Amino acid sequence: MFEIFGLPSQALFGQLLLGLINGSFYALLSLGLAVIFGMLNIINFSHGAQYMMGAFTAYLLLQYAGIGYWESLVIAPIVVGATGILIEQLFLQHLRQLDPLYGLLLTFGLALIIEGLFRNTYGSSGQPYQVPATLQGGRNLGFMFLPNYRAWVIVFSLTVCLATWFAIERTRLGSYLRAATENPVLVRAFGINVPRMVTLTYGFGVGLAALAGVMAAPIYNVSPQMGSDLIIVVFAVVVIGGMGSIMGAIVTGFALGLVEGLTKVFFPEASNTVIFVIMAIVLLIRPAGLFGRAV
Amino acid sequence: MTNAARVAFLAAALICAGTVAARAQERTVKIGVLSDMSSLFSENSGPGSLVAARLAVEDFNPAAKGLKVEIVSADHQNKADIGANIARQWFDVDHVDAIVDMATSSVALAVSELAREKNKVLLVSAAATSDLTGQKCSPNTIHWSYDTWMLAHSTGKAMVTTGGDTWFFITADYAFGQALERDTTAVILANGGKVLGSVRHPINVNDFSSFLLQAQASKAKVVGLANAGGDTVNAIKQSAEFGLSKGGQQLAGLLVFIADVNALGLEAAQGLVLTASWYWDMTEGNRAFTKRWRAERPGRFPTMVHAGVYASVIHYLKTVAALKSDADGRTVIAKMKEMPTEDPLFGKGFIRADGRKIHDAYLFEVKRPDESRYPGDYYKLRAIVPAAEAFRPLKDGGCPLVTN
Repeated sequence: MFEIFGLPSQALFGQLLLGLINGSFYALLSLGLAVIFGMLNIINFSHGAQYMMGAFTAYLLLQYAGIGYWESLVIAPIVVGATGILIEQLFLQHLRQLDPLYGLLLTFGLALIIEGLFRNTYGSSGQPYQVPATLQGGRNLGFMFLPNYRAWVIVFSLTVCLATWFAIERTRLGSYLRAATENPVLVRAFGINVPRMVTLTYGFGVGLAALAGVMAAPIYNVSPQMGSDLIIVVFAVVVIGGMGSIMGAIVTGFALGLVEGLTKVFFPEASNTVIFVIMAIVLLIRPAGLFGRAV
Repeated sequence: MTNAARVAFLAAALICAGTVAARAQERTVKIGVLSDMSSLFSENSGPGSLVAARLAVEDFNPAAKGLKVEIVSADHQNKADIGANIARQWFDVDHVDAIVDMATSSVALAVSELAREKNKVLLVSAAATSDLTGQKCSPNTIHWSYDTWMLAHSTGKAMVTTGGDTWFFITADYAFGQALERDTTAVILANGGKVLGSVRHPINVNDFSSFLLQAQASKAKVVGLANAGGDTVNAIKQSAEFGLSKGGQQLAGLLVFIADVNALGLEAAQGLVLTASWYWDMTEGNRAFTKRWRAERPGRFPTMVHAGVYASVIHYLKTVAALKSDADGRTVIAKMKEMPTEDPLFGKGFIRADGRKIHDAYLFEVKRPDESRYPGDYYKLRAIVPAAEAFRPLKDGGCPLVTN
């Protein structure tokens, strides 16, 4: 066994793997944000609240309908995505002509309201949710004990991220979407229903947040403020990756998970701040973000 | 002026004087509930403390004693500067006489200084740091429900004497966590144990896996969680996932509230050993209080913090009624220490010169899911720590108020 930075290599590999697992949550959340911003030009501040709604939907489904984790993985994103579509129809579509700042303020307000409603009903200390039976336990990798559920998180979120990237960058539907962002009038002239496409995209982005929420429910405390704790970090991830860049969001999500994991070993007190330090540096050197196009 | 007019004038003057006198007799006492109303500690203190304070006023029946009691509340968001600003506004502008609950140690220490400066009353039941009755003790502060010394000694000693003699700490990086780690370390060393290492995390983190891995690698027999609220819940939830207990390590939640157990579920929390100075299902008095409290907070259970708010408000109002004045904070606190305490939740007790309220502490174990018979039936009693041993001896605290 050799040592790196005074730490046994085994421990270091373990920490790196954990960082990657946390990174998969960042990636999944920032992906949704990037899709919404890239396609709709909306800075969706209620993303954290929608992530929390995903986790709560899973809890409520189990509590009141006996529906387990696997079904929730499908149902919760659809349910929460539908509320997203409602929000888009009721509020956001009226703001499309205005500065993105208005959308930001609106979604921020919505996030506070949603969080407040959940806190009022369920209290702030959280609700129980267990790891599904098939994924309980774990295996010893030699350098660390890897719970099966964490392995599942990393594989599944990577799959979802790549599939989303593929759908937007490599398919016909994706090309319509990108074209509609560039020039909606022209795309409409081809007979494509742009407003509906935008609405569905918002619903999809929100659904991604809810999916991350369901995946988080068995390992993180399911509480009304679980989203607001995370959302600031996720925004930093999106800014570092470059606003609106899909691949940027995915790669930065995983990379920052790694950086944060290492910080937890060497200087745990700073693990909450390290991402913002990186954000400040990136903004100084490359204001458009690592993967963003300069405007 | 005719005689008749003179009599009428006199009568009028007398009536006026009478009303003035009556008004002067009915004093208004204003109590502020300052707490975390919206974030990670709000379930253990917060709005539930407001309910407890109201119930206390109701039971005291101030009108019969010529008092009028008003309750206000505010959210300090766990930030010392916000807490101190609200307290300053309350003391200077809104004429608040006493602040109760006072969640979060860092905020409590700041407000304690302020209460001393303004000569008001601070009755802490939510914050935990034992410094409030130690080096930072104040003639204007009383610490009610529990403190880090009590938790450390009860839980820590129970673990060390049953074989858990090597420890690793996962500590929240602020006044409370540091005090709890320090107090527990002292207990471990005094009982022949060893501390193998510790890691400090920022407040409100989601992921503990990295810290748990370090705890696992330390091979310590006991992993001590010197944190609270959502942080403790996350750490316990994830320790089950990483198989800490299967690997032979024991978990010690140094501050666990009933709402945390509820958030974990009995499946994940069973077997956990914890210390509290009050449990809702212990006596008839507690159950009666719980029933009334739950009418306003359905689906939840009161904690030792809520009980402390109730008891401290009762004792405060009794003192004000006895003194017939609430003007001088220091006099009120001195009288509170002089008068023995008695209330339906903590029974009979007293307050020490350093401001420490003295009562029993209890070591509980969380029940298995098949042992729990009704909602909230979570704890079984493992041991009673008698009042005389539950808190730090007066001479060890280093409180400047304690002469000789």
